Amino acid sequence: MTVLEQRGAYHPSPPPAWQPRTDPAPLLPDAEPHRVLGTDAAESADPALMRRLYAELVRGRRYNAQATALTKQGRLAVYPSSTGQEACEVAAALVLQERDWLFPSYRDTLAAVARGLDPVQALTLLRGDWHTGYDPREHRVAPLSTPLATQLPHAVGLAHAARLKGDDVVALALVGDGGTSEGDFHEALNFAAVWQAPVVFLVQNNGFAISVPLAKQTAAPSLAHKAVGYGMPGRLVDGNDAVAVHQVLTDAVRRAREGGGPTLVEAITYRLDAHTNADDATRYRAADEVDAWRAHDPITLLERELTGRGLLDEAGIEAARADAEAMAADLRARMNQDPALDPMDLFTHVYAEPTPQLREQRDQLRAELAAEREGDSR
Amino acid sequence: MTTVAVKPATMAQALTRAMRDAMASDPTVHVLGEDVGTLGGVFRVTDGLAKEFGEDRCTDTPLAEAGILGAAVGMAMYGLRPVVEMQFDAFAYPAFEQLVSHVAKMRNRTRGAMPLPITVRVPYGGGIGGVEHHSDSSEAYYMATPGLHVVTPATVADAYGLLRAAIASDDPVVVLEPKRLYWSKESWNPEEPAPVEPLGRAVVRRPGRSATLITYGPSLPVCLEAAEAARAEGWDLEVVDLRSLTPFDDETVCASVRRTGRAVVVHESGGFGGPGGEIAARVTERCFHHLEAPVLRVAGFDIPYPPPMLERHHLPGVDRILDAVGRLQWEAEG
Ligand SMILES: Cc1ncc(C[n+]2csc(CCOP(=O)(O)OP(=O)(O)O)c2C)c(N)n1
Repeated sequence: MTVLEQRGAYHPSPPPAWQPRTDPAPLLPDAEPHRVLGTDAAESADPALMRRLYAELVRGRRYNAQATALTKQGRLAVYPSSTGQEACEVAAALVLQERDWLFPSYRDTLAAVARGLDPVQALTLLRGDWHTGYDPREHRVAPLSTPLATQLPHAVGLAHAARLKGDDVVALALVGDGGTSEGDFHEALNFAAVWQAPVVFLVQNNGFAISVPLAKQTAAPSLAHKAVGYGMPGRLVDGNDAVAVHQVLTDAVRRAREGGGPTLVEAITYRLDAHTNADDATRYRAADEVDAWRAHDPITLLERELTGRGLLDEAGIEAARADAEAMAADLRARMNQDPALDPMDLFTHVYAEPTPQLREQRDQLRAELAAEREGDSR
Repeated sequence: MTTVAVKPATMAQALTRAMRDAMASDPTVHVLGEDVGTLGGVFRVTDGLAKEFGEDRCTDTPLAEAGILGAAVGMAMYGLRPVVEMQFDAFAYPAFEQLVSHVAKMRNRTRGAMPLPITVRVPYGGGIGGVEHHSDSSEAYYMATPGLHVVTPATVADAYGLLRAAIASDDPVVVLEPKRLYWSKESWNPEEPAPVEPLGRAVVRRPGRSATLITYGPSLPVCLEAAEAARAEGWDLEVVDLRSLTPFDDETVCASVRRTGRAVVVHESGGFGGPGGEIAARVTERCFHHLEAPVLRVAGFDIPYPPPMLERHHLPGVDRILDAVGRLQWEAEG
């Protein structure tokens, strides 16, 4: 009996208006994650897209390294690296049309940058000069969400609003494996399915929520299985196979855009770096586990495919690296400038009009700053 | 223009009318919540909206407060003006994370690029014989959250005016609706409602000379009654209705206290860590030299909201207010 058929049996006596789900898409994920690289399916993948993904992966890896280095120089308060997960980040950015929206979590700076955000602006949250350094409407990238899973209902609401307006806009929301345990994850998936909102949820299952392994997070056979209970398809994909992630997300986005409703995609990947630069990953995982995943590195997988088929040569690899190096140099140079901060901004964006209480406090700070300057000039 | 006769109307009707007028004049206004559609809300405050504007404009959502408010965030990000109904005060708590971390902060996080014009309607307070979790006064939590406006009407006219102003605001507004006043009636002409004032203005409901009662929402009628009763004892009490807790109208409140020299803050929610402490401190800071006595507080006890058969002992009533007024004879005893 299929899952769809089971649904009919589960209601004791279905009222006449009750209809079994007729969406032909099966809800249960395949037992094996979708893979393209290293299989026959790679033959039919678009070479231009593969080269584009490759260039972005190399840039992304370099970006992660550069941002991590900036923490050591005290230029960033903290950096949650997505090294090892770049395929998910890049695919998430590239499957979207300009009018679509991305809802990232704190680890997804790279997805925002791959979508076209200025790398420096994307880092303000982590640098500490402002929470969100960009206008979310300009790039259709929501602020990076620090509280886990809370961005997911936002994605649903936005997609729902867009559909009400008649716009064929899709929202893609990113969440970690740990975040799937939060109540907001459940509420968002349920709303999305009930409203048939054009949303795609991408879980980057990187094995750990800080130190807690997946087995202590869930007893479900996979995170993609969770989709079934909401009435949406669940999809499993090899999160280190950039082409496969791109394909699965493209399907899900198309389905959402055509009115087919939401999809939950679980990408199985691995965080090669520690949770953040402040974390010691050796306390909770073994070196050989990390080594095994290094052998399944997203850049290696794609590079092997491209070079093996003569779509990329030494010169091409060099060019990608040089491009990434230039990006990193620019990022370094600009991040090494001290940001210009105006303390009076503290009061500027709390309300459209500051309350009388805030106006008083603003005057107080202004006087303190004037006194400080006075003291300095003596 | 045809004038509709001034008729008795309830606060609930005025709130409905406010949403209806807002929805009619602005197609981006959407109402969502539990049971707000077909049923018209458990208090019938959204009655008729789904019928008039369709289920896309007045939507029954799944039963999930964080989901409702979180979805409203996304809707507001896309240019809508969601009006969210939380079914009861104590059931708004699951949405607290969304309210504090996102609704209140989005304008600030995005440096003004993304204001969220969300109205969160919360029926609050006791006095209706509700069972556990149906009578909380949660205003202190909202007041303690920068980025939110917090208003609470005490009259039919204000229910309309404040809700219209809240929906029109480009900032998130928590509208605390005193549920025990939902059925209170006043003569009110829905076709000519009082002009919608900006949020943040208190009003003197009853002028007086010997002391000021500072109050809001469900406690206003109690204070007015106390003021009448106090006449017999020679007290001429002024009653100030705050209407807005954030922003706070220091000006109106302090002008009154400077005139009378004495003040009592009255509210249902607990006194410890409650709104009265903040109000008393503000008044003391600004009016110290005008005060003839310490600012007193008459509040609910610092207990979880009691079972219905005991709530009358908890809620500040006329006697407790008069008692406090008596204690304002501070300097005479000194
Ligand atoms: C609501 C909430 N609780 C706790 C935290 C602290 N915290 C930050 S990251 C993290 C682990 C998240 O793991 P996961 O969702 O798997 O994402 P990953 O870090 O692996 O990308 C925790 C517990 C938080 N940010 N938000």
